[in-house]
Amino acid sequence: MLDTRQPGRLPGGPGVGYKPQHYAAIIADPDPVEWLEIHAENYMGAGGRPIAQLRHLADRFPISVHGVGLSIGGEAPLDADHLARLKDLVGWLRPASFSEHLAWSTHDSHFLNDLLPLPYTQATLARVCRHIDQVQDVLGRQMLLENPATYLGFDESEMSETDFLAGIAQRTGCGLLLDVNNVFVSATNQRTDPYAYIDAFPLARVGEIHLGGHDVQKDDHGAPLLIDSHGTPVVDPVWALYDHTIARAGARPTLIEWDNDVPDWPVLAAEAARARAVLNRVPA
Amino acid sequence: MIRQAEFARALLDSAQPVPKGLSDPEGRAAGSRFAVYRNNVAVGLTRALETAFPVLRALVGDEFFAAMAGVYLRAHPPGSPLMMFYGAEMPGFLAGFAPVRHLPYLPDIARLELALRESYHAADARPADPEILTGLPPARLMQARLRLAPSVRLIRSSHPVASIWRAHSQPDAPRPSPGAEDALITRPGFDPEVQALPGGGGAFVLALSDGKALADAVAAAEDEDENRDFDLTRSLGALISGRAIVAIET
Repeated sequence: MLDTRQPGRLPGGPGVGYKPQHYAAIIADPDPVEWLEIHAENYMGAGGRPIAQLRHLADRFPISVHGVGLSIGGEAPLDADHLARLKDLVGWLRPASFSEHLAWSTHDSHFLNDLLPLPYTQATLARVCRHIDQVQDVLGRQMLLENPATYLGFDESEMSETDFLAGIAQRTGCGLLLDVNNVFVSATNQRTDPYAYIDAFPLARVGEIHLGGHDVQKDDHGAPLLIDSHGTPVVDPVWALYDHTIARAGARPTLIEWDNDVPDWPVLAAEAARARAVLNRVPA
Repeated sequence: MIRQAEFARALLDSAQPVPKGLSDPEGRAAGSRFAVYRNNVAVGLTRALETAFPVLRALVGDEFFAAMAGVYLRAHPPGSPLMMFYGAEMPGFLAGFAPVRHLPYLPDIARLELALRESYHAADARPADPEILTGLPPARLMQARLRLAPSVRLIRSSHPVASIWRAHSQPDAPRPSPGAEDALITRPGFDPEVQALPGGGGAFVLALSDGKALADAVAAAEDEDENRDFDLTRSLGALISGRAIVAIET
């Protein structure tokens, strides 16, 4: 277990998920953001444009490396090859933060390319803690673990998601990445109170916040079913929940995530500006 | 307790029942909530294949490609989280996929598109100064070994693979005419480029990449070129203009 440290060293202002189509716009107009986040797996090639752009951006911005492929919740041991690739990336890039998801995505060496849900049991908790210990040992640094967007529940779950995450953070010394859109999506889908979730969340551990858009569908019984899609603006109820979060937690590095139907830079910059306005209202 | 094996099987095969023990907030069976994950997996992997194979997709049409991707992703889920390299089994899959048997060039198009991605992500390398070649006395030149950049790829095909690719990826490209083609991929900057090599060029580049001396590479090319008019200048020119020679060992 790592010592508990002040989680994350990202600047306290807004950042965005980096998309290559924004490269020129960001260089020309960098002020809307204080840092950038990349998906680790997109920068595991040997060279070429992706790596060159990343090196260039890393000279100008603190970088957050966000993994989507480690399968930390997987029943199987972590993929040693993938962990080694991550160590390489984090080694040369020296990012301000590294984060991954409370989810699984690989089974029987097949990567399913989705963040799949976990039952909140003591057995899962022990397994996730083992994997996080391993990641933090190999990378030699603290990681942040992100709360998932969920669409269903496991009958076998024994504890709440907030207790589960608090337990992991306490046992492993990891920090947490609080995705406020995921909180809103999961609470709607599970018919729970998103504000109660934030109030129960170990906010002192939060090194980063995510905000993003979601899609609205209905389940078999006509109940709203929200899908974490990162393809639209952050909706007002999620901004309100974010206000509440920042009022309680203080200012935290906040990322606008927009991965599908990616808009032009000014649209993303405007979302970042809205997050900055919230952050400016509270002391860091 | 739900094992991830059971969950994963049901994700990829919608004929499998949704695992028991997954519920909505009222305690009812998860039903279409499980379908969100099924859909995420299928849509995500299909998008990855669309990104990997734009020309293949143009050749078979969007609708057919999406249906074929659905079959492919279940037969060949990704073997690693590096989605930029997803689809490596596509050439073999296409060769055995009955509905495209009448399009025998598709496997080679898939190989070309995979090679373009490998080239795009390959390690950087500084090209050697081609002046070194022109400055060598002919005897030494022919004994030289040319080391090629990590981004160089060669696709040898009994179909006009480079011309078909160009016709579906560049406006105003000429219609392909039948015949075998060797497609050379080079990456002079950050964007890989495809060119069809002249007769014997494929054997020449293959010999060079195997570490053979220039004289032996020329012999290999002449062996293969039925017209016996292998054009060394053109083939070498293709490598030089593609900034594909990174070392000249004399």
